[in-house]
Amino acid sequence: MAASETSTGSNIPGQAEPAGAKRRPAAGPWVTAFRKLVRDKAAMAALLLFILIVIGCSFAPYYAANIAHTDPFTSYDGTVIVEGQELSVLEESTEGLGLGTTPIGPTWNLHGYFLGADDQGRDVMARMLYGGLNSLWIASASTVLCLILAGLLGVIAGFFGGAVDAVLARILDVIWAFPIFLLAISLSIVLINSSIEIGPIVIRAGSLWLPIFIIGIVYVPYIARPIRGQVLSLKNSEFVLAAVGLGVPAHRILWKDILPNVATTLIVFVPLMMALNMVTESALSFLSIGVQPPDASWGTIIQDGQTLLYSRPMVALAPGIAIAVTVLTLNVFGDGVRDALDPRSKLRIGGD
Amino acid sequence: MKKTSWLGISAGALCLTAAALIATPAAQAQDHRGGTMRLVAVGAGGTIDPQINYTLQYWQLYQGLYDGLLNFKKGVGEEGFKVVPDLAEDMPQVADDGKTLIFKLRKGIKFSNGQDVTVKDVVASFQRIFKVSSPTAGGFYAGIVGADKCLKEAATCTLEGGVVGDEAANTVTIHLTQPDAEIYYKLAVPHAVILPADSPAKDVGTDPLPGTGAYMVESYDPNKQLKIVRNPHFKEWSKDAQPDGYPDVVVMDFGLTDEAEVTAVANGQADWAFDQPPADRLAEIGTKYKDQVHVTPLTAMWYAPMNVNIPPFNNEKARQAVSYALDRNALVKRFGGKVLAQPVCQILPPGFPGHEPYCPYTKNPGGGKYNGPDMAMAKKLMEESGQKGQPVTVISEDSAVSKSVGTYIQSVLNELGFKAELKPISSNIQFTYIQNTNNKVQISVTQWYQDYPAASDFLNILFGCDSFHEGSDSSINIAGFCDKEIDAKMKEALKVAVTDQKKADDMWKEIDKAVTDKAAAATLFTPKHVDFVSKRLGNFQFNPQFYFMVYQAWVQ
Repeated sequence: MAASETSTGSNIPGQAEPAGAKRRPAAGPWVTAFRKLVRDKAAMAALLLFILIVIGCSFAPYYAANIAHTDPFTSYDGTVIVEGQELSVLEESTEGLGLGTTPIGPTWNLHGYFLGADDQGRDVMARMLYGGLNSLWIASASTVLCLILAGLLGVIAGFFGGAVDAVLARILDVIWAFPIFLLAISLSIVLINSSIEIGPIVIRAGSLWLPIFIIGIVYVPYIARPIRGQVLSLKNSEFVLAAVGLGVPAHRILWKDILPNVATTLIVFVPLMMALNMVTESALSFLSIGVQPPDASWGTIIQDGQTLLYSRPMVALAPGIAIAVTVLTLNVFGDGVRDALDPRSKLRIGGD
Repeated sequence: MKKTSWLGISAGALCLTAAALIATPAAQAQDHRGGTMRLVAVGAGGTIDPQINYTLQYWQLYQGLYDGLLNFKKGVGEEGFKVVPDLAEDMPQVADDGKTLIFKLRKGIKFSNGQDVTVKDVVASFQRIFKVSSPTAGGFYAGIVGADKCLKEAATCTLEGGVVGDEAANTVTIHLTQPDAEIYYKLAVPHAVILPADSPAKDVGTDPLPGTGAYMVESYDPNKQLKIVRNPHFKEWSKDAQPDGYPDVVVMDFGLTDEAEVTAVANGQADWAFDQPPADRLAEIGTKYKDQVHVTPLTAMWYAPMNVNIPPFNNEKARQAVSYALDRNALVKRFGGKVLAQPVCQILPPGFPGHEPYCPYTKNPGGGKYNGPDMAMAKKLMEESGQKGQPVTVISEDSAVSKSVGTYIQSVLNELGFKAELKPISSNIQFTYIQNTNNKVQISVTQWYQDYPAASDFLNILFGCDSFHEGSDSSINIAGFCDKEIDAKMKEALKVAVTDQKKADDMWKEIDKAVTDKAAAATLFTPKHVDFVSKRLGNFQFNPQFYFMVYQAWVQ
């Protein structure tokens, strides 16, 4: 390891530099962390795979329209030509008593029904890509929402302390005590046929914002608490006490001294929370209270595939694998980010 | 098998064969008597109280447990729709232009607790229908004199002047406010069974009540098992109404998934699954176990009621557009294929009194046959209706088939230009949810299975003005359809049926067409019933009223 890369301590004012030596500017903590992250092969491989998944899902509309030539949101009952053979998408059994209808299985041909059809005759591959888009969108939007809210609450509670801290801490306790699925199911029943209006914000029953808000809010205490703890310890650190002693205004201390230090913790949370939120979104969608049909998410596709588990296991298996791989990449990458930014952290996020 | 036991040990091999061939049916039946029949179900059917429970699951089992004055014949096919005397000696003596029915009670029949069945029990049982607020108290029995008072004040119900017992003559007289052509059917369903007079005037929940049938409930735990054993006081009095059964014990285990039920029956661990097999096991049981599968048409329908009182389906053309656009063949596929369902457009199911094939919502209509959807006509009607772009929420159950049907309907609605959403709701609450007008349900997916074989049970019950109650969970006219002219015709047909059933059936034919034309509901298909039985189960018989006759099958 090159000494220059870690020699932030050598840049001490007043210390004489050897004659003729070219002065290299010391790398800042962000650059150092970034370099450390880049050197983490597992994290980089996970990031690459995650980016590939995101790019793949972004091609959903193109894939459906130009490659598979299918509308993955409309029930289809006709036939499809696979390797010159005309096959019925929903095949009625002709053997024995002729009971049951089985959707077409995987053709392993990207031009149609690569992963087979679901019970509505829709292309599972195309739905998988669209579903991935929705799952990723909900996971990222809820993560951003969660981090903003948690950061705000954690910093305010930790910095101002006293009554503000007491009130906010109790609110977080209440949210923490509320089982996420109970909250989600209650909201879903209330919104079953109507929309919710909070001032200028209107959320319709089938809106993707509903799972985003539910997931975003429910996980706030998981992040707000450690942030609050960190702010409490920062508030008593020497450089903050010095700033206070120098008469620096509170908002400036908050902005210049506290927030930059908290930011690293928040960044560490991003991939880990995304992974957790993705699993939660899938669970909610599986319970019919997340993404609403005919829209897809990996959770809804698993639910569609549940009734076909015996005859067409691929419908449930494919999105299950997709969730597992994506969550794995996010977790491995998240670990890398944590090691790079906050190597001493014992931070772990647990699912509920 | 012990067919040799009655032949004697001296009989030779030849005699044995010959004797086996000519063995009498009675002797054969005796050989099959005994054993334990194991039934499985996803869940229990709720209260065990026969005057309250309104599920097929228990109505099917009540057949060997309880008796009414009348009963449906324990026969197959059309025979099963016949009403026969049960605890009554004969069909009632009718007087006062059909307003008075006099039943003479059979003697010597005992309840499973050893008590004799008396006139007092009959009178008390009719009062109990109202005291326990039976779900059909208002629908089926409101025509009994004194019922109006009982419906208002259930606790003090006496049905004074309505159900009168004469202990000396051993008769019970039922007085009606007006003649009712369907009263025999109403007296033959489980809500009108006869229970001991001292039965509690409240829902007994899990404590079984003594009955008069060939069997009795020994124990009932809704989380685990229902156990039925032979009634020690039973002596067969009518093969048609209450025949003796084959198995000694019948148990129904709860808590399996429908997949597990199929596996249990396939492996011989259970003899019959109450629930319909899941879609992805149908092909397997239809091929690998085809000798153990029985498929029987039902007098029922899957339909999509459209709320005629709120947009967009307060517009008749929008409703008709939906009816033209729905591809019933596609829906049949989702139900399990054409062996398991028949596409239909009209309200009355095939084979039902008053049914005449009629299907206006198809390509090349005429002849009553369904020839596929007419999308061009649907889109034209949609344009004329001016309802394009309207938001619509389809409410289905969260079961696999209902959700699949709902998803398909949503897809078709979007194709027509609506902005459709699908909301699957738990099967436990969906049926009451879609009935309540406060929920503003626009279109839903539901089913209707006959209570008894009369056209009015579909047309009058589902589309009559009297069945529509705003703001109530019990408003079975889900579409909220109330056409004064059609309603008057229905009332007329009900009156005519008292004296001339054939003429009434002709009237119902016209009413069926009129209601179908108004498209208050899109009828989707007539389902068939799949019974998957174990290898050892024999003598499977299907009664059109109460389905598989559990006690008439044998397991040894």
